[in-house]
Amino acid sequence: MNVAALQSRAFRLIYKGYLVAFFAYLAAPLLAAGVFAFNDSQFPALPWNGFTLDWFFSDTEPKIGMFHDRRLMRGLQTSLYVGIIVSAMAVAVGTCNAFLFERRDFPFKSALFVLLVIPLVIPGVIIGISVLVFASMIANGVEQALGQDWSILRPGLTLVILGQFSFLTTITSLVIAARLRKFDISLEEAALNLGASRPRVLATVTLPFLAPALTAAFLVAFLVSFENFNTTLMLVGSDAPLTITMYDRMVKVGSTPVLNAVSLFLMVGSGILALLSVVLQRDKAPPGSAT
Amino acid sequence: MLQKDAQRLSLLLLLTPFLLWILLLVVLPQLGIVGISLREKVGPRQFTFGLANYLAFVQEPIYWNTLLRTAVMSILVTFLALLVGFPVAYYIAKIAPYRSQTALFLLCLVPLWVSDLVRAFGWIVLLRETGLISGALQAIGIIKGPIELLYNDATVVVGLVYTVVLFMIVPLVSTLNGMDNSLLEAGHNLGGSRITVFRRIVVPYAMPGIVAGCIIVFMMTAGSYLTPILLGGKNSMWFTEQIYDQFITRYNWESGATFGVLLLAFTSFVVWLGLRLTGQKLATTVAKD
Repeated sequence: MNVAALQSRAFRLIYKGYLVAFFAYLAAPLLAAGVFAFNDSQFPALPWNGFTLDWFFSDTEPKIGMFHDRRLMRGLQTSLYVGIIVSAMAVAVGTCNAFLFERRDFPFKSALFVLLVIPLVIPGVIIGISVLVFASMIANGVEQALGQDWSILRPGLTLVILGQFSFLTTITSLVIAARLRKFDISLEEAALNLGASRPRVLATVTLPFLAPALTAAFLVAFLVSFENFNTTLMLVGSDAPLTITMYDRMVKVGSTPVLNAVSLFLMVGSGILALLSVVLQRDKAPPGSAT
Repeated sequence: MLQKDAQRLSLLLLLTPFLLWILLLVVLPQLGIVGISLREKVGPRQFTFGLANYLAFVQEPIYWNTLLRTAVMSILVTFLALLVGFPVAYYIAKIAPYRSQTALFLLCLVPLWVSDLVRAFGWIVLLRETGLISGALQAIGIIKGPIELLYNDATVVVGLVYTVVLFMIVPLVSTLNGMDNSLLEAGHNLGGSRITVFRRIVVPYAMPGIVAGCIIVFMMTAGSYLTPILLGGKNSMWFTEQIYDQFITRYNWESGATFGVLLLAFTSFVVWLGLRLTGQKLATTVAKD
């Protein structure tokens, strides 16, 4: 008998009902956003005018599908570009951090570990403004001292990348460190005893062991970057990533089902990537440790 | 000797990226907004040091009311998320059979990864005047005309709970998973009622997960931007909106930075208080998941 289970039948029924209601609550807005991408109408609302794929593929007015909408596609490209660069940077630095905190001892280690974690609890808007302010301070200083304009430090993609990098590195560091902690150090010692050099051990023993975590960290960082809004909003210049483009469209133009199409596209894409990252990190651990 | 030098060199190589990152992108920028919040504008491009921005915040009721409102609603949302999420987490961790356990957990994780923007958009499609719920209610004849369900506080709370509840469930499932059922058995055998067992065994055991979940959820809610703006409309009065407004719309960086510092100080204080009252530590709580 499972003692954690509930014995009273009525209570069990209520409990089951609650769970069903909860998962319906989780699914409702996602379904609403997704389903209306296929409605043959100018508005994402009832009545249902029949099934269409126009909001994805049509190239004629008034129903321009998302794959023919130039601004949306440019936003998508920008998001991909930012996401790939920022995730690669965050994985590189995250790997260094993982080795630093798992393998080395140095003064103030625990205090520095707190610093490593802190970006996770700073609201994204504040990370955004702090990077904006600091970059402008440097740019103004350079302008006054040297008379040069470092436009790279003004709002734009470089700042978006730096701003996202500042908190994504925490995530990648933690993911990679968790995997490194499970590594059996005697494997490295064996390889060293057999005459392999340190770099060779790293390349043939340690990094292959870390590979699933590196991939998972990259995927997670990419997803978070792709979906980031708050930090990006403060730092964005003329090239807007997809989330910003979509927000602008929602607020200024009002919504047409093309936004539902983008939503569905994002849901499917992020769902696939998220599942992939969970599977990669799982290695038969019980659920809960899978994150 | 050579060995030792090599060790030191490699430590240095590992420390450099960490220090560059943490100093240039986290510590100095945060100090930067503190610095900018402490300067007063006395003329074009002329500044002196002073507390005028903070005084302006205290003297303008709209500003501190907004912060207070954000705080109260964030605490309410955190509490509701715990209330809504706990039974679900308990079911996943303790009651569901192993196979559906994994499936349910993944089911919880998938919406976790869907962008805030998409979720808020989903709620808009459901709740606006021409939306699904209004339409459905008219169709069954409960209401006569279309009804606007957006742009009120209840909707903002429902939307915020939706956005954050999964971040409550994940740490709760992790902690509850570690709980041995024999603890419950012992509690029952010793004559404890269901409620006593829950209160004296389950809740204390889940405490680290509860605290972790509450901290993450509170910080996320207080720092959220999209959900209150899109679901609450112009009257949402959310503090991050004030920050955006000062920075981007009015280009008043001094005042915007002041608000940023205040938001961060305030949320950190609440988190510190929570950790203090429950005897947990930040690094172990947040870093675990």
